[in-house]
Amino acid sequence: MQTVGDLGVRHAPLDDVVASAYRGAASSDVSSLISSQDRLARFLAGLPGVDQVGCEQRAAALATRSIKTTAKLTAIELAISMIDLTTLEGADTHGKVRTLCAKARRPEPTDDVVPHVAAVCVYPDLVATARHALSGSGVAVASVATAFPSGRASLAVKLADVGDAVAAGADEVDMVIDRGAFLQGDVGRVVEEIVAVKEACAGAHLKVILETGELATYDNVRRAAWLAMLGGADFVKTSTGKVTPASTVPVALVLLEAVRDFSSVTGRTVGVKVAGGIRTSKDAIRYLVAVNETVGPEWLVASRFRLGASSLLNDLLRQRRKQLTGQYAGSDDVSVE
Amino acid sequence: MALDAGGAAPGTSGFEYAPAPESRAVARIQSSYGLFIGGAFVESIDGGTFKTVSPSSEEVLAEVTAAGPLDVAAAVAAARAAFEGPWGTMPGRERAKYLYRIARLIQERSRELAVVETLDNGKPIRESRDVDVPLAAAHFFYYAGWADKLDHAGFGPSPRALGVAGQVIPWNFPLLMAAWKLAPALATGNTCVLKPAETTPLSALVLADILQQAGLPDGVVNILTGDGTTGAALVAHDGVDKVAFTGSTEVGRRIAESVAGTHKHLTLELGGKAANIVFADAALDQAVEGIVNGIFFNQGHVCCAGSRLLVEESVAATVVAMLKRRLGTLRLGDPMDKNTDIGAINSPEQLGRIVALVDAGENEGAERWSPPCALPEKGWWFPPTVFTDVSPAHRIAREEIFGPVLSVLTFRTPDEAVEKANNTTYGLSAGVWTEKGSRILSMASRLRAGVVWANTFNRFDPASPFGGFKESGFGREGGRQGLGAYLDV
Repeated sequence: MQTVGDLGVRHAPLDDVVASAYRGAASSDVSSLISSQDRLARFLAGLPGVDQVGCEQRAAALATRSIKTTAKLTAIELAISMIDLTTLEGADTHGKVRTLCAKARRPEPTDDVVPHVAAVCVYPDLVATARHALSGSGVAVASVATAFPSGRASLAVKLADVGDAVAAGADEVDMVIDRGAFLQGDVGRVVEEIVAVKEACAGAHLKVILETGELATYDNVRRAAWLAMLGGADFVKTSTGKVTPASTVPVALVLLEAVRDFSSVTGRTVGVKVAGGIRTSKDAIRYLVAVNETVGPEWLVASRFRLGASSLLNDLLRQRRKQLTGQYAGSDDVSVE
Repeated sequence: MALDAGGAAPGTSGFEYAPAPESRAVARIQSSYGLFIGGAFVESIDGGTFKTVSPSSEEVLAEVTAAGPLDVAAAVAAARAAFEGPWGTMPGRERAKYLYRIARLIQERSRELAVVETLDNGKPIRESRDVDVPLAAAHFFYYAGWADKLDHAGFGPSPRALGVAGQVIPWNFPLLMAAWKLAPALATGNTCVLKPAETTPLSALVLADILQQAGLPDGVVNILTGDGTTGAALVAHDGVDKVAFTGSTEVGRRIAESVAGTHKHLTLELGGKAANIVFADAALDQAVEGIVNGIFFNQGHVCCAGSRLLVEESVAATVVAMLKRRLGTLRLGDPMDKNTDIGAINSPEQLGRIVALVDAGENEGAERWSPPCALPEKGWWFPPTVFTDVSPAHRIAREEIFGPVLSVLTFRTPDEAVEKANNTTYGLSAGVWTEKGSRILSMASRLRAGVVWANTFNRFDPASPFGGFKESGFGREGGRQGLGAYLDV
């Protein structure tokens, strides 16, 4: 089996060619672009549209990739290393977070080959607990903030929320955009908030949640992704997990195209996080295939791609055992979280 | 520009897809096949045999009968007897039951059909599984629904069947083309003698088995394998009332000559050199997918393939760069692997034609490009190829290549796009990519092509008529219009 692009053609920079389609987003222009609501709105409206039928057809075609045997094992371990193991419930307790952190450090206690997950994602008030439980593990602490999940609070409150999380030791902050402002065309306000939150992050990695289920169209998803990247996002993230529909492969495709184009125009690399509704190994592998064939394998690292999920990890562990032993593990063969 | 590492080192492990081959055992290919005449597989009277070969491995799959003139006469006689016997007098609602049964059996045996098709044709299993076989079943389902409604199809009360249809089909979609021919013919009450292509006879022989399984009355469908001489004998036979042919324009001309001056009705679905027109305001990522699907689907062995990309000059460099990047991810190789995108070229003859035209393109000064791509040693292969700097005068812009070769031309205005798109002796299909709805409608009304796809390409549906302008042929297959080709109207 030959992959035609083995010699790096897939990843050749598109020179200034693609840049011409995104005139105005070259790195030097970013600050002047986002400082003017009119220019920003025009730029976003000028991005190439996304054809819904074609996008969904491409996602469906990618879903037919058959990932078996060694490729499946690689994909499962890769997926584990990319998980943001998440608990975002009103009922969360310190004990629950500590349990989750133990699982995050060593998902498969009997097998050292299994990597730790990328991060544990909690509400800001539980960051300190997670920080303590994860010390020295290499697992990052991520916190949602900015009046997650709705984002319906003043900027001051949102920034205080971020400040709390960062002060408690969060390595990564998952903020939500103001979807109301976006939908009413107030893109300047959305980007100002992102810029302000980025500053409040004080070096913590910023993931910007677009809540694509509320943006409704792929055109909006593409525009919101560019908005987030222009505002300084380190990651663009699909969903809070609190809105249906959450992440879908077509939405992920649009985000992957956006980070690919942004990287080729500005030279800055932005990651993608998909979250919400990803429960099975099959789901996770579909996303990895989409990453592999849209932006290329150099995006298949935890610093550039994340899977936000809670129940996914155990399915990955069970599927991994099936690959190694030929037998399906029962639900009691892996630990509850 | 330097890339921001964004934290940890970028992925170096890669993500290689392990081989995922479909099982061959399900194909149950026999070592030899007879002719399907009068409801049974029979020995040839005056024909010979030939071998059918897998294009991806050059392995002999089976020995097949080459029908001679007496075999053709026997098949036409069996079809005539069935037409004058049970089938010709059967009410439409009863015919429909057989069509529904055939459709369901195609679905039930879809895996077997897909594997046989891929082994015999060389196309990727992903395509035979997801496109050829489901569409073949869909055609039988669709026309089953028409069988008892012909009085209301717009052809007047009680439209009559023509009689015996001689049907000659190509090697690019062997099962699907059989379905396109048989389903409307049977729904309208005709009987058939079908001649599959010389290089791809096997799926039609599995279909013969399905027809037996469905209990179709003897002689309603007869299947004669063989080469061009068998096809020529069939279309020339006096007992044939209707000739339907899908294939090259060259052979189509000979058939038209042979049929001229006789009582026979004729429909031809021939070559194409379709323009895929991309405007600057198109959804470019999806347009690139559409370009890929337009020309590299089925190795470009598609009569309606979008073999001429007409792209607005202001985005031409962008689109070509995006296209080249996308082509780097295409996977060429074993057609039985479920992850293969580009399979084998169907025959050494076809490969020769592709190579000759590609050489001509280079000699005429067009810029040739293919992604780095090692071709398997056995079998017949051609890498996905893009020509830029193509002029409308070049042979690669005018002649049908019928392979994975795209010619890129540019235009400046909608008028120029229409002029260039229509500047071909063919007129089978076209594609228009723009986010502007009004432009889609105006382009569609000005393009002289039987099918105009808007923001998609190579999408087929049994309810949608398909056929050509100019040298792409005449008559329509699919939809209500497809009934007219088999009715005395």
